[in-house]
Amino acid sequence: MKNRRKFNQCLVDVLLLLLIVLPMQLAAQTIHEEKSLYRDITVVQTGNRRCLIFNVHRGDRNQTCVNVNNHDELIFSYTKMSFAGLLLTPEPKKILIAGLGGGTLPLTFSDLFPDAVIDIVEVDQAVVNVAKDYFFFEENENMTVAVNDARVFIKRAGILGEKYDFIVLDAFGGDYIPEHLLTQEFLEEVKLVMAEDAVLVANTFSTSRFYDHESVTYQRVFNEFFNFKLPTSGNRIIIAQLDPLPPRGELVSRAQLLAPLLEKYGVPLLEYPNRLSTRVDWDMSRRVLTDQYAPANLLNN
Amino acid sequence: MNSVSLPRIVIICVAFVSGFSIMTIEMLGARIMAPYFGGSLSVWGSLITIFMLALSVGYLIGGRLSTRNPNPTTFALFFIMAAAFSIPIIVFADAIMRPIFLAIEDPRYGSLFASIFLYFIPTSILGMISPYSVRLMVNTHEHSGHMAGQLFFVSTIGSAGGTLATSFYFVLWFDVNQILWGAVAVLLMAGCLILLVSYFLQSSGSKSQVRGYEKQT
Repeated sequence: MKNRRKFNQCLVDVLLLLLIVLPMQLAAQTIHEEKSLYRDITVVQTGNRRCLIFNVHRGDRNQTCVNVNNHDELIFSYTKMSFAGLLLTPEPKKILIAGLGGGTLPLTFSDLFPDAVIDIVEVDQAVVNVAKDYFFFEENENMTVAVNDARVFIKRAGILGEKYDFIVLDAFGGDYIPEHLLTQEFLEEVKLVMAEDAVLVANTFSTSRFYDHESVTYQRVFNEFFNFKLPTSGNRIIIAQLDPLPPRGELVSRAQLLAPLLEKYGVPLLEYPNRLSTRVDWDMSRRVLTDQYAPANLLNN
Repeated sequence: MNSVSLPRIVIICVAFVSGFSIMTIEMLGARIMAPYFGGSLSVWGSLITIFMLALSVGYLIGGRLSTRNPNPTTFALFFIMAAAFSIPIIVFADAIMRPIFLAIEDPRYGSLFASIFLYFIPTSILGMISPYSVRLMVNTHEHSGHMAGQLFFVSTIGSAGGTLATSFYFVLWFDVNQILWGAVAVLLMAGCLILLVSYFLQSSGSKSQVRGYEKQT
């Protein structure tokens, strides 16, 4: 009897201890803060989840999160969604990624396609340092980061005749995508560095007030594109290529082939083909964004 | 020789216009260069450096010119020439920036050189206006500080207005090139206003001179 009571007491003590310790473990800890030329960078860890946050005081959302115990696991929907581009170009050999963030997207590409050349453009050296110091990002002989403005990098690549077969636009500035990376002229320059069978994957916000303008601009440059949204994500991924888009059947059969490869990263590729839409859900009468007329012009709308 | 003195209100108005236009052009500069040199802080650095250098050269030359026969026609020419040399920013921007982009890989120096070719000449001409307008307003040495103060006040208020109006409103309402054409038009109008006023003053001045002569006799 006495022993039983002691045991019970112990159990209660342990539970109480857990009640105190667990939340401490789960409370977000700021492990790094840095003011760069472009933004305030904060690295926060909650349990084993470590996140990169830009401009935390303005309530911005996380840019990238990693599981420190399992680097392969992709945490954000939009990162996973970017791999829908593989349904159009299943075996990329030369990949361009604009915007490094925590580097999870390029790391996954490098893991998936170790022989592919991966060029990353990131304007902010501080982001490169943080990705390396806190997010397990590493350059290797096939994967390098250029610290440069994406527009400048892509324009020069176009003049040099460089071609990529998988391009990801994921560059975000203070508020949103910088305006010189949203214009028709920029997309024309991106088109110049696209190989014949290349796919372009652009990460945008589905709630952006530029949504209509963005859509109209991509439509002007690429005629049609897949609009990829998920109910669980505030992101809208634009997927475009130079050729006319493939039929859904083709997407489904590619998804079946590729899904096992992507399983370990948590990418539910089989669910994606049905979500790729070509339906126009934007106001077609909105003005195309150009270098002359860019989002700053829309701030009042 | 042209010896009429412009009414102060005219000089003050056109000084405001020049201050306003300088900042309108400067604020659009970063936007114009972003497609070639990106949107980083260094592009602003290049732009402001070249504007400051151009203005300082303009002050020096304008001050020098004001010592020799200061007259409204030369003053008007500053505005007209500044308008004329601003047109290449609109018409030849790509033709100017493209070779610089190709020749210089570092966007910092690229934007610096592009700023020189795009903005140095019109901005230095606009810089000549300030010292020259001081000379046109000053009759006596005791007044010079007071007049200079008034002019700097007005033209700097103009610059503040140009900065605010361009970055808050003009870019919401117009294309970049439309705003630049607007600045060109306003500078031309300022030049024409000076020419018109001095022409009328001259013709009425010569009449009153005759009348004065008649009175004396």
